[in-house]
Amino acid sequence: MEYSSLQRQVAYMKKGLFDQGYLDEQFDELEELQDEASPNFVEEVVTLFFRDSSRLMANIEQALERCPQDFRRLDSYMHQLKGSTSSIGALRVKNECTKFREYCDQEHLDGCQRSFQKVKREHAVLKQKLESYFQLLRQIGPTERATRSGS
Amino acid sequence: MANPPASTRTEAFPVGLRVLVVDDDPTWLKILEKMLRKCSYEVTTCGLARVALEMLRERKDHFDIVISDVNMPDMDGFKLLEHVGLEMDLPVIMMSIDGETSRVMKGVQHGACDYLLKPVRMKELRNIWQHVYRKKMHEVKEIEGHYINEDIQIMKIGSDDFEDRHVSSGADINYVRKRKDVDNKEHSDQEFSDPATVKKARVVWSVDLHQKFVNAVNQIGFDKVGPKKILDLMNIPGLTRENVASHLQKYRLYLSRLQKQNEGRTSSGNLQSDFSSKDVAGNFDVLSSTQMQPSGVSSKFICTGQKIQAQGIIPDDHADDFKSSLSLQVTGSKQALVGDIPDSQGVISVSRLGILLPFKDMIPDAGKKSLEPAISRNQSWSGSIPVMQFMQHPRHDHECCCLIEAYSCLPKPDQEQVFDHFDTPPSVISNTCNTENDISGLLEFKLVHTNHRSSDTKTASQLSCMTDTTSAQVDSGSSNTQDYGVAFGIDGLTNIKDYYHTQTSSYLTPPSGELSLKNETDLVSSPEDLQFCSPQGIGSFENVGFNSMEIFQYDDSTSVTEVHSNWYDGLEFNSDYLYDSVDPVIDECLFA
Repeated sequence: MEYSSLQRQVAYMKKGLFDQGYLDEQFDELEELQDEASPNFVEEVVTLFFRDSSRLMANIEQALERCPQDFRRLDSYMHQLKGSTSSIGALRVKNECTKFREYCDQEHLDGCQRSFQKVKREHAVLKQKLESYFQLLRQIGPTERATRSGS
Repeated sequence: MANPPASTRTEAFPVGLRVLVVDDDPTWLKILEKMLRKCSYEVTTCGLARVALEMLRERKDHFDIVISDVNMPDMDGFKLLEHVGLEMDLPVIMMSIDGETSRVMKGVQHGACDYLLKPVRMKELRNIWQHVYRKKMHEVKEIEGHYINEDIQIMKIGSDDFEDRHVSSGADINYVRKRKDVDNKEHSDQEFSDPATVKKARVVWSVDLHQKFVNAVNQIGFDKVGPKKILDLMNIPGLTRENVASHLQKYRLYLSRLQKQNEGRTSSGNLQSDFSSKDVAGNFDVLSSTQMQPSGVSSKFICTGQKIQAQGIIPDDHADDFKSSLSLQVTGSKQALVGDIPDSQGVISVSRLGILLPFKDMIPDAGKKSLEPAISRNQSWSGSIPVMQFMQHPRHDHECCCLIEAYSCLPKPDQEQVFDHFDTPPSVISNTCNTENDISGLLEFKLVHTNHRSSDTKTASQLSCMTDTTSAQVDSGSSNTQDYGVAFGIDGLTNIKDYYHTQTSSYLTPPSGELSLKNETDLVSSPEDLQFCSPQGIGSFENVGFNSMEIFQYDDSTSVTEVHSNWYDGLEFNSDYLYDSVDPVIDECLFA
C-alpha cells in the first residue's frame, strides 16, 4: 500500500533525527515494541522520559548551585540521566552526559557547568523535535500508524 | 500482547516465566515491562529495591527470576542481589548502562547470573529463562550429591536435628553453600528434570519425617529393609519410592560412616557420634549437628545469620531432656548459624550450627555441659545460656541488618558459673572467636536488660558496638572475622528490629515451640546459600574448630521480641563496643 504524504513526512522526519544523531537504534526498538496492545507506546515512553529527565536535570542544576564541589553526587545524578537517555536512544543528550561525567572525574567544575548547559540544550532540542514528530504521527491516525513499519 | 495469567502456566516453559523487574528509572521500567510481556513472561515491576525485597519476601514463590538495575537510590543493586540470592535463592540479572569490567565483575562476585548492558534489547531478555532452568538443574544435582555425601547427623542423634548436617569438614562449605532452600514440599527427582515445573517441590527430610523413616526401618528390621516396605509403613502421601530409596541409601552410608568414625572422632571439631540427646543435640534445631561434648564444653555458637529461623524445633522427643523450647526465630535473610562448640579445652565441636534451639531448662540440667546452643528464647535465661553472638554477615550491611549473633554457650570454665546463676543477671558471655584463646576471643556482653527500650539508635548502637569489636578482631587477623558478638537485650532485640531495616518476613513464627517445618527448611537451606568466610578463616580458631560456618541473620520479629523479653531477663547488654561499618573488614575477609 502506498504511503500517504503524511506518512512520508513522518518517515522523513525520523530519518533526519537519526541522521543528525539525535536518535539511535534504541528508538527503533521502541517502535518495534509498539503494537495493538499499546498503540501509543513510543509516545508514552518518550513522554515519561522527558518528565523524568527534567526532574533529574533539576537535581543536577541544584547540585551545581549548592554543592558544586560534590562531584560524586553530580556524577551520580548524571549517571542516572545517562541511563535514562539510553532508554529512548537520545544519542546526543547521552553523549553530552558522558562528557559531563568526564569533567566530574577531573573535578573540573567549569567544565561541568559548560557541559551541563549543553546537556540542557540538547535535551530541549530533542524534546521539541520529538513533539513535532508525534504531532505528525497523530495526524496520520491510528490505523495507519499501526500498519506503519518501524523505520 | 497480554500475558497469560499465572494459572495458565501449564503452557510450555518458559511461557509465563514470572519476572520481577526492579529499576528506579520509570522509563526503563516501562520498556522492560513491555519487552518481557512480548516474550510471554509474566512481569511485575518495581521502582524501589526495598519494596521489591518486601514483595519477594511476602510472596516467596511468586517469582522465578529477578532483573535489577545496579544503580538505585534506595539500595545498591548489588545488595539487593545478595539478599535475593541468599534469602530467596532466585536467579538475579543485573543491568546497567555502565559496562566496565570492574562493575560486571562485581556483579558476578555478588552472584548475578548475568549482567546486561543498557540499552537492553529484547532478544537479550528472551533468553533469561535459561538462568531459571540452569538453576533448577543445579539444584537437582546438588540434592543428589548432597544425599550421597552427607553425613546425616540426624540419624546419630536420632534427634530432631534437621535434615542435613554437614558434620564433615569445612571443605563442605561449597556444598553447604549450594544447599538449596528446602521447603517442606514434596519433591520427586523426576520433577526436577522437568523444567516446566518451575516451582520448587522437594522432599524435606524433616525431623518428623526422618523419625518416621527410622521407625519404619527399625520395625522392618534393618537387614530386611527395602524402600517399598519403608514407604508403605511410613504412609506419607506424596512420598515416592525414589525419595525413600535415596534417603535409605544415605542412611546406610551414614550408619556405616558412623561406625568408622566413631573411634576416629575427636573433639577437634567433629561432631561426635555419641551425641546424645542429653547433649542438647536434640534441641538443636541446628542445621548442622553440632556436637557438644558433654563435659565442660564450651560451646560457642556463632550465629551469623541473615535469617535464623530457629523455630524451636524441638519436638517432644527431647522434651524430657531439655524441655526445649524453640527457637530463635530469626528470620531475615538466610544465614548460617555458626555454632562453635569448643569443649573445655577449647575444642570446637560444632561443625555447623543451624539453628539453635532454645533449651528450656537446659542449662541447669546439663550443668556445664555444653551445648546449650539452644537458647531458650521463650524462656528466661535461667536455663539457657548462650549468649547470642551474632555474626554479621559481611555482605549485609546495616540495611539488611545482619546482625550476627553468636550464641555462645558458656563454654568457658569461668563462665560456667554463669549457668548457675542464671537467675541473676548474667552473664557475660563472651564469645570471641578469637584464636587467642577460647575466651579472649569472645566478645563479652553483658546484656543489659533494661537497656534498650530507649531509642532505636541506642540499641542499634549497642548492637553495633558488639560488632565493631569483632571487626576489630578481625582486623587483627583473628580468624573469626565474622564474629560480632552482639548480645541483645530484650529491648535490644526489639530494636534490632528497627535496626534491621529488613522487614520481618513471614518467617517468624510464634516462639511457642511450634515446629515449623518450613522454617526449618529455610533455615537449613540458608547456610548453603550463604557465602561465608571460608572455613579457613573461621577454622583458624584455635579453640574452636568449626567445620563449617553458618551464618544466621538475626532478624527481628515480633515473636522474637516477645521471646526476648523473657529471654533477656537479667542480661546485661554491654555497649562497649562500637559498631562501625564492618563491611569493609568483613569484605576483605570474606571476599579476599
